[in-house]
Formats: sequence, C-alpha cells, structure tokens
Amino acid sequence: MLKRKRWIFAILAILPTLAIFAYVRLYPIADTLRLSLFKWDILSKNKPFVGLANFRELMGDHLFLDALVNTTIIAFGVLILTIPMALIIAALIFHRTRSRMAGFYETAIFIPHVVSLVPAAMAWKWIFDARLGPLNALLTFFGIPAQSWLFDPVLSVICIIVLCSWQALGYAVLIYIVGFKNLPVSLYEAAKLDGASGPQSFWYLSIPMLKPITLYVSVVTLVSGFNVYAQAFVLASDAQGAPGRQVRVLVLDMLENSFRNYRVGYAASEAVVLLVIVLALTLIQFSMLRERGKA
Amino acid sequence: MTTNSVNYIEPTTEELSEGVRLRRRKRAINFAIDVFLIVVSILMLLPLVFLVANAFKTPAEMLSWPPTIIPRDPTLANFSAVLGETPLLRWIGNSIAFAVMSTIAIVATSAIAGYIFGKFRFRTMNILFALFLATAIVPFEVYMIPLYFQAKSLGILNSVWGLLLGYLVMSFGIFLIRQNVIHSIPDELLEAARIDGAGEFWIFLHIVLPLLRGALGALAVLAFFQAWTAFAWPMIVATTRTSYTIEVGLALFQTGFTVDLGRLSAASATVLIPSILLFVILRRNFVQGVASTGLKE
Repeated sequence: MLKRKRWIFAILAILPTLAIFAYVRLYPIADTLRLSLFKWDILSKNKPFVGLANFRELMGDHLFLDALVNTTIIAFGVLILTIPMALIIAALIFHRTRSRMAGFYETAIFIPHVVSLVPAAMAWKWIFDARLGPLNALLTFFGIPAQSWLFDPVLSVICIIVLCSWQALGYAVLIYIVGFKNLPVSLYEAAKLDGASGPQSFWYLSIPMLKPITLYVSVVTLVSGFNVYAQAFVLASDAQGAPGRQVRVLVLDMLENSFRNYRVGYAASEAVVLLVIVLALTLIQFSMLRERGKA
Repeated sequence: MTTNSVNYIEPTTEELSEGVRLRRRKRAINFAIDVFLIVVSILMLLPLVFLVANAFKTPAEMLSWPPTIIPRDPTLANFSAVLGETPLLRWIGNSIAFAVMSTIAIVATSAIAGYIFGKFRFRTMNILFALFLATAIVPFEVYMIPLYFQAKSLGILNSVWGLLLGYLVMSFGIFLIRQNVIHSIPDELLEAARIDGAGEFWIFLHIVLPLLRGALGALAVLAFFQAWTAFAWPMIVATTRTSYTIEVGLALFQTGFTVDLGRLSAASATVLIPSILLFVILRRNFVQGVASTGLKE
C-alpha cells in the first residue's frame, strides 16, 4: 500500500520532466533518423521515402566530403595539440598545488574555456589578421614572410585548430588535475624510495594510471571537435558577408543544406553521419576501458 | 639532545652540505616550474587582454607595433559607435533572459528527476534513467533541425521561448543530481520524515532541496554558461535583428562590410568583461561542476 503510494508520487513527479524530455530530445532524435531516409524538401509537396539514397548521394558530394575531411582534421588536430600539453601542465600545477599561485594557474588556463565563443574568436581573428595582426608583425620581425592566415585554405584550418585547442586546453587540464588528485600517494612515495625521479614517475606511473582519464578527455575533445561551427564561422568568414566559405565544417554544411538549399532530408542524413561518428568514438572509449578492466 | 642519545649519529659535514644542495636543487626546480606556469597562464590570457585593450584604442594605435597593452590615449569612441550602430544592449538582454530561464528550467527538471531516479529505484524508473543517459551521447547539432521545425510549428521562432526550447533539460544535470542524492541523502532521513507523517512533496521541498544546495548551485552555473555561450541553436532560431542573442549578433555584425577591429573589440569586450567577472566570482561552483563531468565513467 505504502509502496504503491510512493510509486504514484514518483510517476507524477517525473511526468513533466519526462514529457519535456520526450518532446525536445527523443522526438527530434527519432525524427532525424526518419528524415534521413526521405527526400524531404521544404519546397516540394511530395516527400517520398528514398531509403539510403541520401547517404549514397553524400558519398559523392564534394562539399560534404570536403567538410568531413576538414572537420576530421580539426578534431584530431585539436586532440594532438591539447592532450599532451594538458597532461604536462596539469602535472606541473598538481606538483605546485600547495603554492599560492595554483589557483591563479587554474583560473588563467580555464578562462578561455568559459568565455563566449564569438568574442574569444574575435580576439584570435585580430591576432591572425594579415594586415593588422601581431602574429604577422612578429613573423616579419624574425624575417619570416607574412602569411595571409585566414585566407589560405590550409593555414585557416590551422588557425581554427589553434583557436579550438586554446579553448579545449582548460577543460582537459581541469579533468587531469582531478585525476592526479585521485592517484594513490603511496605509489609515488614507493617510487621515490626506489630512486625514481620526478619525470620518471610521471612517465612510468602517472601516464599509465591516468589512461582512463586520457581516454575520456580524448573522446570529449574529439566529439566537440566534430561539432565545431562557431569558430569556423567567425575565423573563416570574409568581410563581404559570405561566412564559412573558406573552411567548410560538417555542421555548417548541414545547416546550409537545410536552410539555404531547403533539403531537410539530406541534411538529416548528414546529421546521422555525425551521430555515427560520435557513437563510434564513444564505443571505442568504452571497449578500451573494458579491456583495461579485464587485464 | 645530542648529549644523551646513544643511537644518534652526528651527520658529517658532507652529508649536511648534500642535504642543503638537494634542497636548493628542489627549490630551483620549483622556481623553474612556477616561471613556466606563469608564462603559460599569461599566454592563455593574452588574447583576451589584447581584445579588451584594443577596444579602447584609436584606429591609429591599433596599427602600431608592438601592440600596447595599456592604450596611450584611451577612447570610448569604439563603444559609443557600437552602441549607436547595433542594439547591443538588447542582444545582451536577450542572452541574459535566455540563460536565466534555461538555468531555472534545467535546475528544476534536474532536481526533480535526479531525486526520483536516485531514491525511487523501481524498474520503470531505472529504464527511464537509462534512456536519459543514453541520449546524453547524442550531440545537440544532430537533432537541432527537427527541433527547429517543432519550434516553428509552435510559432515561437525569433523569441526567447524558441531559444529556450532547445535548453530545457540537461541529461548531465540529472545524472549529477542523482549522484548527489545517492551519496549525500540517507534513506533513514526520508523514512523518519515519512513516519512523522510528512508527504512526499513536503519531503522533497523541505528536506531534499536544502541538502542539494551545493550541487544545484554548481549545476546552475554550468547551465547558465552553457546557454550564454550557445551558438548553433540561437543562430537558426533567432533570425531577426531584435531577437539575436549576443553571440549571434556579434558573429553576424563582424561579417559586415564596414566594420573595423576597434568596434568589434569594443563589442566583444562589453560581453567578455561581465562574463569573466561572473566566472571568477563563481569559480568554485563552476570548477566543482565541470570536474564532476570527468567522473562519470
């Protein structure tokens, strides 16, 4: 009787949240999957089922493939730049954790992660600016020819990677510091007694022990890298108001197909590709963690 | 002490100097680490510092090399130009309204759902919780196009309500509160209240919520910053000049033909300074919230 009453309360309490959740999460996710199988153009009345035709078309779509390649390069570029730096910086901050400056280090490195994307990107736009930017001024000072950073297709991808890494670093450092704090102190003391130096215990103890954290941070970094949009929009748009022409990324291509070309079904199939990438990355993370658990 | 302790061995001068040498070495290493970390910290902050500095510079000074951190003759011209050309304050207002409402919605839904999933572990509830968790992996960008059409059919495009539609619930928030409920609210406490005749809703309001204050605070800060920095969703939902959030407004403003860096910096600084201040004030809450995202494996 009592249990029944509690059950009714639980259902009633969860119902509003569940309804909202179903409406703003479950339904649109299911709808994305459904739309990807339809030729669903806003302008035409007929919205026929086309099976996997959208996906077949994607495989031959230059703009999409371009976007996929760019996005992949950006995501992995950010990963390669961020993880080693974050690991080293976190180790050093953890080493100096009792100094008065530790709070300052953490805050300074974390601030780029919390500030709004667009104003932060604006700061970098100035740095990379071909005419006014300090980067080129610095390069010419050292006798290196100035580059048009944001107009060259290869260089502008590098610029986006730098901007994204600058933002991702703070998060990775923070998570690593938490990881360091959870490592058993006794192990380090034992290593020290055996004569291990600081760098040695970092290399042979910290790195292997932090592997689950590294996996987690890597997947988070990669996933947010695959969702890159604002950074490319701000950095790689030119003054004439043709945003994102220089560096195509997946989200941009998706939005253009949906809202400029009115091909919603096609855009949904791109979203499904994005989802598959993210799911694959998450599955890799879980399976690697499980392997570790067995060993 | 040395006089009557038999086992005490006087360290030789060599051993003493060895100890001093080691200690000195350790201090030198720590000093080098501090220097390195200070340089890294300054480099991380430098772009933002320059952005704020540029906002106060005259066009001539913007071109000077090396760039100055403290403008030689600071001017507010950039700010007045931006405020005259764009409804910047309106955009900031939109962003604040959106972020505050989203925070309230996320805190409310997470508190209730987190409590129910943490303490009412019937089979149905566990299945529902698994469902919430599973969708957490799906990035917002994947399902925002269908969500856009839902907003459209509700007739709430170009309004705060439309923005809010995408940011009503947060799977991670529910997870965070559930963890806290499990770890910091003992069953005995709830049972005692029930025996005293308290209703379930009264218990939630007067016992559970006060105990969750810390976690809800951390979640509120996370939710606020999440909405404040949202980009893709506001970009497609808010398409009229008066309904832009600050992020969208700035992003579109900077594509304008006649815009110079001074005014862009002024607009950006107007947004940055309050959000950095807010962050520094709420740092502990924020760090606690973000740090707990890393513990969910």
